[in-house]
Amino acid sequence: MEPTIFRFIFRYSMRAQIIVLVVTVISFPFLYLSLELPKTIVNEAIGGSGFPKTWSDIELGQVEYLMLLCAAYLVLVLINGGFKYWVNVYKGQLGERMLRRLRYQLFGRILRFPMPRFRRVSPGEMIAMIVSEVEPLGGFIGDALALPAFQGGTLLTILVFMFVQDPVLGMAAVAMYPLQAYLIPKLQRKVNALAKERVRTARKLSERIGEAVQGIQEIHVHNTSERELADFSARSGQIYAIRFRIYRLKFLVKFLNNFLASVTPFFFFAIGGYLVIQGDLSFGALVAVLAAHKDLSAPWRELLNYYQTMEDVRIKYQQVIEQFEPAGLLSEEIFSEVPEKIPPLDGSLVATNLVLEQDGLKVLDGVTLSLPLSERTAVVGIGDAGRAGLAQVLARILFPTAGSVRIGEYQLHRLPEAVTGRRIAYLDQAAYVFAGTIRDNLLYGIRHRPVMQRELSGSAKTRHERLVAEAEAAGSTTADLAAEWIDYEDVGIDGPHALGGRVLEVLRTVELEEDIYRIGLLSRIDGARNPDLVGRLLDAREEFHARLSDDTLRGLVEPFDESAYNTNMSVAENLLFGAPVGETFNVDRLADHPYVLGTLEEVGLKDAFLDIGQRLAEIMIDLFQDLPRDHEYFSRFSFIDADDIPVFRQVIRHARSEGPDKIEAAEQRLLMSLPFKLIEARHRLGLITPEIRVQILEARRAFARGLPERLRGAVAFFDRASINPAASIQDNILFGKPAYGSPQAQQRINRSIDAIIDAMGIRNDLVEVGLEAQTGIAGSRLTVAQRQKIGLARCLLKRPHLLVVNMTLTGVSFSAQAEIMRKVFAEMGGRGIVWVLNSAELARCFDRIVVMEDGRVVEHGSVADLAGPDTIFHRMAAAE
Amino acid sequence: MDYMSACGVLRGIPIFATLDPAKLKLLAFASEALTFASGEVLFRGGDPADCAYLIAEGEVEICVEREGEPIIVERLGRHALFGELALFRHAPRVATVKAQTPLKVLRIDGDMFLRFVSENPETALGVMRMLSDKIARATDHAEVLEDRLRALQPKP
Repeated sequence: MEPTIFRFIFRYSMRAQIIVLVVTVISFPFLYLSLELPKTIVNEAIGGSGFPKTWSDIELGQVEYLMLLCAAYLVLVLINGGFKYWVNVYKGQLGERMLRRLRYQLFGRILRFPMPRFRRVSPGEMIAMIVSEVEPLGGFIGDALALPAFQGGTLLTILVFMFVQDPVLGMAAVAMYPLQAYLIPKLQRKVNALAKERVRTARKLSERIGEAVQGIQEIHVHNTSERELADFSARSGQIYAIRFRIYRLKFLVKFLNNFLASVTPFFFFAIGGYLVIQGDLSFGALVAVLAAHKDLSAPWRELLNYYQTMEDVRIKYQQVIEQFEPAGLLSEEIFSEVPEKIPPLDGSLVATNLVLEQDGLKVLDGVTLSLPLSERTAVVGIGDAGRAGLAQVLARILFPTAGSVRIGEYQLHRLPEAVTGRRIAYLDQAAYVFAGTIRDNLLYGIRHRPVMQRELSGSAKTRHERLVAEAEAAGSTTADLAAEWIDYEDVGIDGPHALGGRVLEVLRTVELEEDIYRIGLLSRIDGARNPDLVGRLLDAREEFHARLSDDTLRGLVEPFDESAYNTNMSVAENLLFGAPVGETFNVDRLADHPYVLGTLEEVGLKDAFLDIGQRLAEIMIDLFQDLPRDHEYFSRFSFIDADDIPVFRQVIRHARSEGPDKIEAAEQRLLMSLPFKLIEARHRLGLITPEIRVQILEARRAFARGLPERLRGAVAFFDRASINPAASIQDNILFGKPAYGSPQAQQRINRSIDAIIDAMGIRNDLVEVGLEAQTGIAGSRLTVAQRQKIGLARCLLKRPHLLVVNMTLTGVSFSAQAEIMRKVFAEMGGRGIVWVLNSAELARCFDRIVVMEDGRVVEHGSVADLAGPDTIFHRMAAAE
Repeated sequence: MDYMSACGVLRGIPIFATLDPAKLKLLAFASEALTFASGEVLFRGGDPADCAYLIAEGEVEICVEREGEPIIVERLGRHALFGELALFRHAPRVATVKAQTPLKVLRIDGDMFLRFVSENPETALGVMRMLSDKIARATDHAEVLEDRLRALQPKP
């Protein structure tokens, strides 16, 4: 990277800078003319004489002359405006392109950082640097050359003018410059030092915020939010103090500058006045010089501002760049070199005298090994013993401090990443899942670079070409994200049509298919993208409902029926009879919605709700009033919070004395909110009588009928003939509620739904839906085991020639681990596997075992070789 | 079974007979009414214990397995309480319980049951009385068995 901002600017934008400069210079005469013209208009056209004027052959009267000059003035204004607009846009574009280039280079650097670097810099710091710290650079870059040249030129012109008028006055005008040139940089240096400190403190702050977000669980577990807040406050206080000092210094510089600039006229009046009195200087010349001096202050101020910005930006650039120049940066060739044909890795993996030092500790201490790539090797040891380090060196994630690894004819650590990234796969328990769909995560490992461009035509093509040209102008890659990135042949897939089958195969290998199927069942379905499946799901719904009278399902489900009250749904759900979309009709807060309350009144249910509400409140008070207020039953069973018991007691007193329809509106709302929560089958209070059920059904119809246009999108009504887009696939098939009072209803329902799905042969379609589910930030919506299995599936999909696994699958049981291992062996065929394990028992499934201790290989051989009673391996196995 | 009849069932159980009516209603409100078909298993020996049951209608049989053979230990009917011993012992179920007729039960959550017993002295006393009865019965039973055993042994 360029060591200073100016080197960066000149290297990548010299031409553009010169264009800005040249255009600025060209614009200068027009600017001058537009300043000059008004004087001519006033002096010659309006106040002049000697008309008509002859201009070559044309004669002009005074009015015509005036009009001509005014028209010229208007044209000049337009030209000036045009120049200004063009220069500003050009500068803006230049700045943004350079900023994009800088960010691209910085991000590219991160991708080349040696792995140990990531233990020392936090993501928060790096984000702050790339996103916010470099931001002001864009604004500066456009002005980098043009502004000092232009303002400096102006300043110089005026100074020359003054010296021509009178050298002594000229001297007087610059008399303060040496003092300013001495004082201002001195102060600025202090500002710079502070600015550096501010950047450092701000980075620490970003780091702390990042840490707090990642460690949020610990903060809650140990009640340390007060301490975190104190830490944050101390740091932001530090930033405040630094910034405040910067402000004071900055404005001191401005003050000093203004003061010294104002001292100059003092010299003019004193020296100039004296010279005029003495008769050495004409009065007119003094006035001219004074006027010129007034013009001097504007460019001078601009230059000072520029100087301050330049210093600020210079430091920022320098401080960012420092962080992106770590020792041991991976060489660019490793990334840029892409062989025409990616060679296979075969033969033997030979490690010679490997040493790996981390933070001064020897993780590997002279490891020498030879492993045929056709075999499966288990690495076991006592404690870590350097096993993780060995796995990472063999997977080319870490570069050894000394020694080398050869695979066949290649030096592993000199191979381009285009080869290692396709031929070697590595997985440990930290298997990272990116935010996105599960499918994207699975395919992540086989999307290396675009293999086939998109066919574009018409406006899409022009748009794409524009984007490409812009990326080139900013020195960024032009690779198209939407192109085909999968080299099917290389990963042994016939083509895009066979990808789905291969993904399923790998999902089965890592025993993830069932999970993805379940995720699919719980997902909503996008009917527009999946019209066929929608039809099949409706069939599944009908099939399920046909089976409801079978012995296994009898009485387990109360189907949704538009014309019947569902006793296993709450009153709120019965009223809505649909799945809420968004928060408007959240069933827990339905009683707060004015439209809902209006509907109740419309069908004459208000009095009934008040009455039921009053009785519910009485029951709740009767049941719960003696319990301590923090008793868990309140949250588990009560319709009323412990805190609200006294309020309801009062409301009931009023309702009893005045009648529930006479109490205040707010009190009525409280009472009316209670019946919404009633689920007849669960609460068994007998409050929803058959008459009220009929009325609620009427309210259900009125609700749907009168729903205003703006609320239409807030609820997806249940309809037997269509799939509900706001409900999960499982709920769509169920199309009803599991009945309370039937033991294990949900499990029995699930079994039946599974059977129907299998019988219809749409299980794979649901897996496809599940693959489209979002994983959440860092895969947070998935379990640890699911994340690890996705990581393993990702490795297998690319059919690596060497698979290195480092103690993963911690999230699954021992027997499941053994089963997956067996399937992975089958999937890998005769290709190489190195698996770091904790269990000597599992190690017996491998062809070869390496036993490590303290960073050295202490035993190495086939299972039979190490079976003897005096081997370390034997003792390890016995200790399990 | 509605909430009022659940109260009635609870009142029929000796250990809850003396309980304050409000508490009894709360227990009824918080319990779950379940229906089992004849022959359905409520739980098996070895299952984790997370609740106690009260029979509202119907009968169950309790059996244990000895050398692969199920042995019926007891039959219980209306208003019987079962499944509570495993809760007190914090241990898995020792026996299997099966519905012998169409069965209606109240399922009382384990935590709630223990809380009720520990928070209400009358109930705790009732439980002690019930357990004492069970021990007495078991002792009687053991004595009878011992007598029979002695009768089978040849006299010296």
